[in-house]
Amino acid sequence: MSDTWLILGASSAVARAFAREAASHGAALLLAGRDMEDLEHQAADLSIRYGVPARPMRFEARDLASHAGFVAECRQHAASGLLNVFLAFGVMPEQAEADADPAVAAGMVEANFTGAASVLGALGPVLEAQRGGTVVALGSVAGDRGRKRNFLYGATKAALLVYLQGYAARLSGAGVRVLCIKAGPVDTGMTWALPRLPFMASPRQFAAAAWRRAGRGGGSAYLPIIWWPVMTIIRLLPTPIFNKLNI
Amino acid sequence: MPDTLTAQAATRTTAWKQTALQGWGRSSLSPCLAARPERLRELRAALEAPEGRTLIAHGGGRSYGDAALNTDGAVVITGRLDRILGFDPATGELVAEPGVTFADLLEVFLPRGFVAPVSPGTSHVTLGGALANDVHGKNHHHAGSFGEHVLWFDLLLPDGRMQRVSPESDPALFQATVGGIGLTGLVAALCVRLMRVPSNALAVRRRRVRDLDDFLAGFAAAAGATWSVGWIDALAGGASLGRGVLETAEPAESGLEARPAKARRFPIDAPGWLLNGASVRAFNEVYWRRVPASGQQVTVPYRQFLYPLDAIEGWNRMYGRQGFRQFQCVVPPGPGEAALRQLLETVAAGGNASFLAVLKVMGPQGQGMLSFGMPGYSLALDIPARPGSEAIFARLERITRDAGGRIYLAKDSLLSAEGFAAMYPRADEFRAVREQVDPNRRLSSDMARRIGL
Repeated sequence: MSDTWLILGASSAVARAFAREAASHGAALLLAGRDMEDLEHQAADLSIRYGVPARPMRFEARDLASHAGFVAECRQHAASGLLNVFLAFGVMPEQAEADADPAVAAGMVEANFTGAASVLGALGPVLEAQRGGTVVALGSVAGDRGRKRNFLYGATKAALLVYLQGYAARLSGAGVRVLCIKAGPVDTGMTWALPRLPFMASPRQFAAAAWRRAGRGGGSAYLPIIWWPVMTIIRLLPTPIFNKLNI
Repeated sequence: MPDTLTAQAATRTTAWKQTALQGWGRSSLSPCLAARPERLRELRAALEAPEGRTLIAHGGGRSYGDAALNTDGAVVITGRLDRILGFDPATGELVAEPGVTFADLLEVFLPRGFVAPVSPGTSHVTLGGALANDVHGKNHHHAGSFGEHVLWFDLLLPDGRMQRVSPESDPALFQATVGGIGLTGLVAALCVRLMRVPSNALAVRRRRVRDLDDFLAGFAAAAGATWSVGWIDALAGGASLGRGVLETAEPAESGLEARPAKARRFPIDAPGWLLNGASVRAFNEVYWRRVPASGQQVTVPYRQFLYPLDAIEGWNRMYGRQGFRQFQCVVPPGPGEAALRQLLETVAAGGNASFLAVLKVMGPQGQGMLSFGMPGYSLALDIPARPGSEAIFARLERITRDAGGRIYLAKDSLLSAEGFAAMYPRADEFRAVREQVDPNRRLSSDMARRIGL
């Protein structure tokens, strides 16, 4: 009886690495996203490399009306064991872009928070009914404190964290573990064109660490771990000083 | 509503950044704009390089010179396109994205009894790079080069069309792309036939070789071997010119217990003085003496025999900050034998601290218009980039050319345009295909400009 990991936003580099990690542990994969051509490639790769079933599924985070049907489809295609969820979708336009165009700002909130809350909400009853399973969602260190550079993105991730805290509380009685990963920058397409960022993890290292952490239970966790002391300092900085920093 | 999101996705797909790349020899730093697509859609978008810049694909970064560099142009790094798309265990046919590496193949397919039909000397080479350089391995004398085992590839042409190319469907474009150093398009996928092997190990025989004549006789005697390679002490001159170790290998019937590979990392850029005649001489001496005078037979994992240098990650830092250049040529049998002697004498006389040089027997001419492979002997050696090393290269180029041989583009950083024209007789055929598929020269590289393509 093998477990299934549903990967939401499966085309992102972090999600791809996590899917490989899960597949290497024998899990079946449901790969959800918009770029079906890419998901087909990924499904082929996972099933050839690891000999696990992998299935592309069309999923649009911002099309909230489709989520109930999508979850029904997931149930139908999941393997016989527990269904687990890795939520990786999200967008990160530049703060200036979001400041200039309300549609960009609203689009980010819809994708990063509204869409996430909606699909997790639809998955809740399934997880409760199976009495177990793990949900891992990608938060961000940007959600710890609003910084000049990207506080709108940070706000969506902070909202997601609070949502996940309540979601975890609700599902804890059913034995479902919920983990919010406060991710530092990972070396992906999202960060490629940005100025050099500190403590950058490769997707593979990040995914391996996320897998190990998910095995130890729910809650929230900084990854890579170096972000725990760094963000502790940033959170404790007095506001007058923090506001002067260009971070 | 989805418009904004699509627009965001579109900006991400053309993410370029200003950076600087190096060839594996690290002898020069090349500023460029680089994109690193993570999926096919992004590869297509990357074809549209900003500011009308020219473009070249860059795989594992293991070309020693400037084949995959494009100074002040644009470079598409393909390593993230690393999905295996299909595999048929009945035929060994593999379909993969261009960023899949030989290390991936070893990890995934050796446990199933398959290896790459042809392997370059490091497993970090991508399949796209292997195609573009028509690489060869220690079995060239009977297996030919990589292109011989490629059934087809999907080529993203400079005009944005995607075309599946096989030797039957479009022989000219196939032959221009195999070994065509990336100048005909971006490879989006390729199909290659893997080779079946009975176990995960090789039975390797090593023996000491006294001099060059002994080597050539040894290779002749080992013509039936599946793999063969010679390691030459390039600092040995006089009567022991060409002394070294000859290794031959056959698939072992029974395997070894699989152990995860552990690479050590070369920690720093070695200081310039470290590599000198004395230290390299000592290393080469130890390497030679390690093989007992009576010879040696061992069973080793494929990795160890095919990719010996991968045991030390970043070994290129051994040559210090100035880097090094690699010279590799093939010379035909007959006149080539004298040329080999001259090449070795030139290097030994220069006192250039080159670690082990590699001598191989080469088999049939590759089918690519710019394929390196041709019958004869191939000699490869590293030369630290120091004042005067260019002059030595010019001499090596001259000797190679006079012997009717050619220099390997995947390794090269100094070959002259005249030398290229003399060594690659099908260059004009190649130019004709390029004129058809890329009339506006949207694809280019430092190497292409240097050798007059």
